[in-house]
Amino acid sequence: MIEIKNIEKSFGETKVLKGISTIFETGKTNLIIGRSGSGKTVLIKTLLGLNQPDSGSISFDGRIYSELSPDEKRTLRTEMGMVFQGSALFDSMSVEDNVAFPLKMFTTKRTSEIKNRVNIVLDRVNLKDANKKFPAELSGGMQKRVAIARAIVNNPKYLFCDEPNSGLDPETSIVIDELIQEITREYKMTTVINTHDMNSVLQIGEKIIFLKNGYKEWEGNNEEILETRNRSIVEFVYSSELFKKVRENLLAEEDEENNNN
Amino acid sequence: MKPLIFKEIDDLIIGSLGIVAFISFFIGGVVAIQTALNLTNPLIPKDLIAFATRQSVILEFAPTFISIIMAGRAGSYITSSIGTMRVTEQIDALEVMGVNTINYLIFPKIVAFTLYPFVIAISMFLGILGGLMAGVYGGFIGFDQFIVGIQTEFIPFHVFYAFSKTFIFGMLLATIPSFHGFYMKGGALEVGKASTTSFVWTSVVIILVNYILTQLLLS
Repeated sequence: MIEIKNIEKSFGETKVLKGISTIFETGKTNLIIGRSGSGKTVLIKTLLGLNQPDSGSISFDGRIYSELSPDEKRTLRTEMGMVFQGSALFDSMSVEDNVAFPLKMFTTKRTSEIKNRVNIVLDRVNLKDANKKFPAELSGGMQKRVAIARAIVNNPKYLFCDEPNSGLDPETSIVIDELIQEITREYKMTTVINTHDMNSVLQIGEKIIFLKNGYKEWEGNNEEILETRNRSIVEFVYSSELFKKVRENLLAEEDEENNNN
Repeated sequence: MKPLIFKEIDDLIIGSLGIVAFISFFIGGVVAIQTALNLTNPLIPKDLIAFATRQSVILEFAPTFISIIMAGRAGSYITSSIGTMRVTEQIDALEVMGVNTINYLIFPKIVAFTLYPFVIAISMFLGILGGLMAGVYGGFIGFDQFIVGIQTEFIPFHVFYAFSKTFIFGMLLATIPSFHGFYMKGGALEVGKASTTSFVWTSVVIILVNYILTQLLLS
């Protein structure tokens, strides 16, 4: 579980995060949503320790990040996995070496054990025959799978994903979303996903926080988000033509039911 | 860490030997020819051609000129490779994993450049060899005369001076381009700009440090 309390972060004069508090639950896919510039990426980078918050606290299963020693922080980092927007695979390494990297760096496992573990996670993300390939030889979806494999290879407690579906076609996006959700449940991780893909929100949004202008505007799940009357959420959710049409149909059905009654 | 250091030695030091050897050999030859063509007074001994070639190559050409070449060759490689890792979030990925990124990315380059004096030693040898070939086969000086010339008034401290500044230039070649790559912001276009800026700054600092060290050690 990750608990954040009153997180504030400014860059120069610009205040990007304004007193955000929430709890990201274990075994659930927790989504941070919001328009571009709402502070999603800054929040996720702050959770990862890449940005230092100006005030507030972040606690990882009771361990308050700002109170940890450098060694404890390093240990905590080894418990985190991250899937970056652009996958961030090491392009000079093969798929196998990319996935094995955290194990080689932070464990004393023997080469054979590392190889076994790499094969297990690559199999888990449905990438059996790509061990020797290089990232440039893979499709966007396959690169994302490798990034997920690398993120989970060291059994992390916390998984962070920055727009895991960006640049992917809708079908592949669904596969990636399902994979993340399955892995989250299977490994009992606390997963935090930064997205503005409404399909992901509806499909895997077990807990959703909506950011607007650096504030937490709304909090709920994928069922509540369709029922909320919060104007900002409604505008965000129904900003696409597809969802507008869906909403119009739903409202028409509701009107019809009301008339019948 | 060992494989990383060996990889950097291969990329930065061994990979540079070809261009260094080519340039050193021919510039040594040109220095010898230029000196010979300017010796019009019959009273000046021909050994001066070898003496001038040796002094130019050991004192300035090999340590300084080759370092400027290396700022373009190895420096640009360092900035662009680290810069590309920055813009594609590979450095962020390392940091998130808990890797000490400066130690992982830059330290092996610094260790590799401790071998830079060997490159310069090869450059000195080939520069003088180039002078010998151009001088002898161009008909400007006899072989024996050239050998006498390169031994004339040899001061061992000059070699110490040359290798001292070479070592410092090596550290500059590892650190300045790494700094420009590591702290760059932006996208692919900025990687190119950072490489150019890093080359300019590395060259400027090498020239200034060369001046200061020459003042301190030789004057």
